Order: sequence, then C-alpha cells, then structure tokens
Amino acid sequence: MMAYIVRRTLYAIPILIGVNLLTFLLFFVVNSPDDMARMHLGAKRVTDQAIEQWKVERGYDKPLVFNLEAEGLGQVTDTIFFDKSLRLFAFDFGQSDSGRNIGHDIGQRMWPSLAIAIPIMLVGLLVNITFSLLLAFFRGTYLDFWGVVLCVAMMSISGLFYIIGGQVLLGKLLNLFPISGYDIGAHAWKFLVLPVIIGVVSSIGSGSRWYRTLFLEEINKDFVRSARAKGLSEQRVLIGHVLRNALIPILTGVVVVLPTLFMGSLLLESFFGVPGLGSYTIDAINRQDFAIVRAMVFLGAVLYILGLLLTDISYTIADPRVRLE
Amino acid sequence: MFYSSFSERPKFLDPARSYSANEWAFISQVYEPPLQYHFLKRPYELIPLTAKGMPELLLFDEQGQRLPSDADPSRVAHSEYRVRISPGIRYQPHPAFARTADDAYRYWPLGEDELEGRHTLDDFPYRDTRELTAHDYVYQIKRLAVPGNHSPVAGLMGEHIAGFNDFGEQAKAEQERDRSGDRMWTDLRALEMSGVSVLDRYTYSIRLKGMYPQFIYWLAMNFFAPMPWEAERFYAQPGMAERNITLNWYPVGTGPFMLAENNPNLRMVLAKNPNFHGEVFPAEGTREDREAGMLDDAGQPLPFIEKAVYSLEKEAIPRWNKFLQGYYDNSGIASDSFDQAIQIGASGEANLTPEMQRKGIKLDTAVETSVFYMGFNMHDPVVGGESADVIEIERARKLRQAIAIAIDWEEFISIFNNGRGEPAQGPLPPGIFGNRSGEAGLNPVVYRWENGRAVRRSVEEARQLLEEAGYPGGVDPETGNALVLYYDTALSGPGSKSLLQWYVNQFKKLGIQLVVRSTDYNRFQEKMLKGTAQLFSWGWNADYPDPENFLFLLYGPNSKMEHHGENAANFVHPEYDRLFERMKNMPNGPARQEVIDQMVDILREESPWLFGYFPKGFSLHHAWYRNALPHLMANNTLKYKRIDGGLRAGAQKDWNRPVLWPMVLLGLLLLVSVIPAIRDFRARERSRAR
Repeated sequence: MMAYIVRRTLYAIPILIGVNLLTFLLFFVVNSPDDMARMHLGAKRVTDQAIEQWKVERGYDKPLVFNLEAEGLGQVTDTIFFDKSLRLFAFDFGQSDSGRNIGHDIGQRMWPSLAIAIPIMLVGLLVNITFSLLLAFFRGTYLDFWGVVLCVAMMSISGLFYIIGGQVLLGKLLNLFPISGYDIGAHAWKFLVLPVIIGVVSSIGSGSRWYRTLFLEEINKDFVRSARAKGLSEQRVLIGHVLRNALIPILTGVVVVLPTLFMGSLLLESFFGVPGLGSYTIDAINRQDFAIVRAMVFLGAVLYILGLLLTDISYTIADPRVRLE
Repeated sequence: MFYSSFSERPKFLDPARSYSANEWAFISQVYEPPLQYHFLKRPYELIPLTAKGMPELLLFDEQGQRLPSDADPSRVAHSEYRVRISPGIRYQPHPAFARTADDAYRYWPLGEDELEGRHTLDDFPYRDTRELTAHDYVYQIKRLAVPGNHSPVAGLMGEHIAGFNDFGEQAKAEQERDRSGDRMWTDLRALEMSGVSVLDRYTYSIRLKGMYPQFIYWLAMNFFAPMPWEAERFYAQPGMAERNITLNWYPVGTGPFMLAENNPNLRMVLAKNPNFHGEVFPAEGTREDREAGMLDDAGQPLPFIEKAVYSLEKEAIPRWNKFLQGYYDNSGIASDSFDQAIQIGASGEANLTPEMQRKGIKLDTAVETSVFYMGFNMHDPVVGGESADVIEIERARKLRQAIAIAIDWEEFISIFNNGRGEPAQGPLPPGIFGNRSGEAGLNPVVYRWENGRAVRRSVEEARQLLEEAGYPGGVDPETGNALVLYYDTALSGPGSKSLLQWYVNQFKKLGIQLVVRSTDYNRFQEKMLKGTAQLFSWGWNADYPDPENFLFLLYGPNSKMEHHGENAANFVHPEYDRLFERMKNMPNGPARQEVIDQMVDILREESPWLFGYFPKGFSLHHAWYRNALPHLMANNTLKYKRIDGGLRAGAQKDWNRPVLWPMVLLGLLLLVSVIPAIRDFRARERSRAR
C-alpha cells in the first residue's frame, strides 16, 4: 500500500502545477496588476505613482509567466507566476496582498468551519442512514412511498430556503435559537445548533434517497436471503449485512469530502455569521487578492487529492478483498 | 454596552491609509485629529478636539512677509497653520509604551524567540502610556508622505504641503537603505519635511504652498491624527507582520475608545479608553435639538458607553431580524425590509409602520452629502462635441439637455430607491454652502417652477431640443436610423436588469437607442481612464462640507482622461475653471455664493452631468438608543450615544420568549405517524415466510 500512496502522491505534483497554472491564467485574464492595485488602494484620489509603488512592493511589476528581459533561467524564474506559486508547494502561503499572513488566517478560520461541518456530517450521516434504512425496511409500504415523496420534495428545495426559513421559523418566530452569530467557549453550542439542524435537514432529501437506493440494491442479493434463511431478524439483516455491504459507496461519498470539510460552507457561514473559511476565497476574489485565491485553490486541490487517496485506503478497511497495488 | 453590526470587513485601520466609511466608523473612535465637527450645530462647524483652539492661519508673500488675513489670494505665496494642542492628553494603554524597571522599552527590540506564542496584542501583557505631543502629529504627516504607506491623500497633500513630495523621495531612499541593512523601521523623526515643524512640545505648524482654505477640514480627518513613533517601531519588528500584529490591525490612539477586539470575521469590540482626556456633551444646539431632548445630556462627561460590540452580519435578512429582536440597537433599511419598516404618507413623507411604532423604534432621515449622477464623456464627438466647430458643440449641448429632461430621476428614486433620495438641481447637495433651495435653486434647463414646486419639463420640450440638435425624432441623419448612444456600466447580472432596462426606456422616450455596455469594474475603470466611455453613472461622497469638494469634480485640470483626476466627464470650460480658481479661496458669504451661482449656471447650461439625485439615508434605532442624531460629516460620534440597558433587557425578554408548543406538536405528529409503521413491522415479523 505504501508504494501506492507514494505513486499517487507523485501523480499529484503535475496536477497541482496544472491547477496552479490554470488559476494563475484565469485570474490574470480578468484582473491586471493595475486593476488589483486600484482595488487595493481604493477608488478615491489614487495616483499613478501609488499604483506603480504598490505593484513593485508586491512583485506584480514583473512579467506574468515569461521574462523576455531576463537571461537564462531568469526568464522563467523572474516572473509573477514563479514568484507566487513555487513556495506553495512548501505550504508557505505567504502574505495576502493586503498584508495578512494567509497561513495564520487559514489556521484561525478553519476551526469555526469545522465546528459546523463536522457535526453536520456526522449527524447528517446518522440521520440519513437511519432514515434510509427505515425506508428500506418498510419498502413497498405507504411509509416508503411517502418517505420517497418527502425526499424528492426536500431535494427540490434550494439550500437558501432552508437557511432563511430555518432562521425565521426557529430563530425569529419560535425564538428557540439565536438567528445568527458565533462564539467560542461554553456559549458556542447555542450558536451551532441552528446551522447544524439546517445543514442536516437540507441534506436529508438527497442523502436518504441515495442511501435507500444502495440498501435496496443490497437487500435483494443472495447473502441477504441466506441471512434471513438463517432466521436472523430483519433488523439484524439490515444492520449487520445490508448496511455493512453498502458501506463502500457510502465511504466513497463521505471520505472524499472529509479533508474539504474545513473549507467551510459559503452560504451557511455567510448567513450565520460564522467566521470560517467558507467566504474566504469569495471575499478574496471580490477584493482581487490573488495571493489568497491561489493559496485557497491550491489547498482545495491538495485536499481533494488527499480525499481521493483516503477513499481508496478506506476501501481496504471496509472490504478486506480490496487490495491497493 | 452598545450592539451593532457591520457587513463588510474593514480593510485598513491605519489612519494614513484608511479612507472608507466602514473603516472610519471604527478608527474615528480611537484616533483624534486636532479638530472635529460640532455634534449638534448645523451647518456643520469645526471645533477643536485635541487642539487648544482653532488653528491660527498666517499668510506670507513671496518675500516671506506676513500678509493680513484678508489678503488677495494672488499675493499669498505660503500659508501656515499653527496648531496648539492641549497638554495632558495621554494615549490608550499599549505595549509599545511599556518599559522595564531600568526604563528600557519592554517590547523593543524583540527577538524571534520572544515572539514565540504571541499571536495577538493581548499576548503582550505589559502596557503603558505617554503624553501626546506635537511631535506625534508631525510624525503622522510624515507618514502620509512615505510612498510605502500608500496614503490615498499623498497625491493631494503633495500639491499643497511644502516639501511633502521631497520628503516622500527622501523617506523612500532611507527606507531602502534601512531594509538593505535589515532594519525594518525607518525613524521618520530624523528626516525633515520643510513644510512641517514642531514649534514647541504642544505646537506644530504646517506650511502650505499658496492658499488652500479647505485644508482646515483635513485637520478633522484621521489622516491628520497623531501617531506615536514607538507604535510604528513596535509593529515594524521582525516577525510581527507574520503574526498579523500590525498597525493596520491594532490602532493606537488617544480617543474615547480603544479597539479591544479585532476579529473582523466575527466581531469588533471598542472599549472605553481609561486614559481618555475627557470631553463633555455639547450645550449648544438648534431649537429642534432642544425639543428632541438632545441637550438633556449637555455638560455630561463623554463617552456614555463602556463598550461597543459590532458583529459581522454579511446578510441583510438575519441582520434585520436581529434588530427587530432587539439584539442590535440600530439598523439601516435594506430594500427587502423597506415595506415592513416604512410607509409613505399621502404627501410623500416617510413614516414608520404600526409594527415598528409598537416596538418603539425611531426613524432618522437625512439627505446625504453625496451626489449620484449620470455623466457624458465630453471628449466624445456625439455627446461632448469635442471639436472647434461651434455648430457641433451646440448640437451636442442640445442633445445633452434633451436627455437631461427625458431621464426622470423622480421615477428612478421612487422605483429603485424606495423614495430615498432628492432629485438634484445642481451638483451641490443640501447642507453644503452654495446649495439653493426652492425656486432660486431650480435648474431651468430641466425644470420649471409651477405652483410652488419644481416640475420636470415635458418630453415634447426635450424632443424639440433634440430636433434643434439635428436628431428629429431621435433619428441620426447620417444613418437614417435611431441615434445610438452607449452606456458603460459595471452593473451586470439579473439584479441589474430592471435598472438598465429603465435607462433604455428613458432614452426610448426620445427615440434614441441606448446600448448598454456592461463590463466588469476593472474594464469600466479602464474605459473611464482612457476616455472611451460615452455615458456612465458615478457618485461622489463629500470629504468635507465645502462646495469646492463637489465643484472640483468638473474642474478642467482634474479631468480623468488627461490628468487621472476626479473629473470623470472630462469637462473643460475656461470660464468655469476661472471661477473655480476664484471660488476655492473665498470665505463663505454672499460673494462666494454669487460665484458659485455662476458656476452652477454654467453646469446647468452645458449639462456635462445629468445631476441625478442626492441619496437620503434612512436609519432606525430602538427607544433605548439615545442621541442618535445623524451627522453626515463626523465619524467620531459614538462617544455621544447613550444606551438605556434596562429598557433593552426588558424588551429583549418580552420580544423573544421561546414558543415551544409547535415543537411538542411536531413530536406528537411524528409519534402518531410511526404507530402504523410499528404495527406493520410487528405483523410482518409474526407472519409466516412466503
């Protein structure tokens, strides 16, 4: 397995270079260094000298990817792309264009994101699996039918509706939870309950339908019939055999998102005032802060690759027949 | 405690750099320039803040001889402001001032190992203070000139303060030398700026080239607040920026508040500065202020609030709901909530809805010292008539006038601003000297005065002008088709569609085809700088309450295309420019008003702008929030606010009682729905295998 992990890690390098290059090109197609300087310096009373000075200080006065004036290797290394991208591979994110330490900001903002994302994932998994097992258990009955109808209806509703509706209903009308906000320490839980409920409820429709399909596929297989023939109760059949064998596709979906959990949720964090990473990239794009954009895209790519690797490894745990070679 | 919210993270808290309202809302409570605006008096009046009195203005001729204060501006070679500050003012407690027992600075110099484990300013437990001196004001003026500080006013101040630009060059060279020698901080005290000097411990002077009467307003802005050199040196130490411990993040001032918590992704907290020098609530105000109880606090020591907590609320809906729950003391009104909060009366006046009144919420309205306008690029041959041909110039002017009549700003304000605005008759908003109201302030090109009010001229009159311009029925004789004009904008997407369509429809009234060229903001800025836009919309928010700050937007040498100035219409009119140069140095009075009237008449006749409207700010506050008088110029008004905490706690309790029965009912329903399922399950378990 070690060789497999090393091989996959090496595959990741060209992917990350490609992601970096693509981010760089897309960003600079839309924004020139002059635009970035203007955005950072503000709209009022900005002089050409101030723009030049800003670019020089941040190294945006160099050519983008190829320096015709330099010689030898300098033609490649004395460029914005090389300057800004190489150290990412050492996870040195440097400073944002507004002067903040990006690594420090990410370290600070990932915890609130995780505080919401982990409960949503765990509770959501529990609720979705339980609900879909129930639907599978009552398959073909009125409960299954109306359960599926409910799932389809819930899938069809926009996530924004859950957020606003949840805030108005549970926060404003019933006054059960704070509408928005965040805190650290002992009071944190009361701000987390509502976003977690909304996050879980909004995922029930799609999650339960997907898991129900997986369970129904397993439930008609020979080993399930054998289990029943042995005289096992339906609960034991479902939990001990059906659920266990449906774990691989469930793991695929869950493990792949594990590392990206800390990237946060843009909508939830925006509406609930959670100081997480959800809006970090969007805010940076709006502020034309290339340093943050490249750092976050790079990190997202790394985490996605890591997620896929973890998924592969998890298969070997869920199903001993799987071997990574 | 005062609770409020902010929607966008402030970018800069360094007074040399910060220039946005959302940043000044915080730092104006911390930093203290020498002057401030009187909280109650209208028109706006400057009064001393840390200064002992108003600055003394001295005028000098070319030979350095003193001139009388009413000297002809053309004779003035230099003017000098002498500012004397009050002794005994002390800075907020700050680690930069902390010293050890042997009088050395406790936190300077710090090695990398000494910074280990320190991530915020709170990780520096020792704090101290020192007295504010004139040196600190001079130090800050020098900071404005340092190119690396990117002060937005550096360009402007370079035009006025003697030796400012030379100092910038000198400081830059010095900084480069220091950096190459691994010194991160350049001591600006050691460098001289010829136009700025310390006369004694509490007095400093600023020498300006020629006259610049508006300079006094700058002395009420944060750019001219004091900066202790120790603070800049403290933050410049190696390793501080990597830990995000910077002057831009942790301000240090003498004001009534200090920034106790700065986490702009969550909240920002201002706490009372224990070293505040003391100030009392003003005792002078208008009759309305007295009737509104504004003078009840006269003579009371400021500030009233111990702590102000601002929470980040990016979305309008939760922000509004939390205001209604009483968790925020004040709020603006988003378009979505407008109908819930405001009802417009029969005569067009804005009133609170019964729901708001029941909660005791109060409404404040004020016409802002801003203008939103649509501009013509005067370099464009069609709308600007940029040529020596008098006939072409006349055609273009008539075209602009016709469009000025056709675009119905009253309708715009009603549809897109919920009535929150006042159609502009000229470039000067109400509250700014030179603005005239009533018939005297009427723009006769666009309006006529009927039955005591301004009535927009008819579309027929606009068509007549269009015909005189050579476009009968809006038809371009060169093509035989409708005249095509181009509107450049950074607006795009579904949210802007109705607005852009409205513009198209306004032009259609004249038979003109308006083509909207939507682009991103970068490209839009580029077009404006290159002068390739034809029509555009723009706005301006006053820096200070002087007509110069609006009329300079159409001053020829400020043209955006040629000089990258703020004259986005690239309007050049020799007579207007001559009058502007005269007006800017005049004191407010009838003579100045006369010049302004002439200038505004030129603008109305030439119509380089469709004057658009002056936005009207609506804000709400709860009954427990006192002294909530809107002040459009001052930003340091938190110290005047008072909160009745008991009233707020009672209201929060009353308004937010948990309602549990729906949840109980939901639980019961779920339980009932499960019963048949359990029955079904048991039946299946007991049934025989099939």
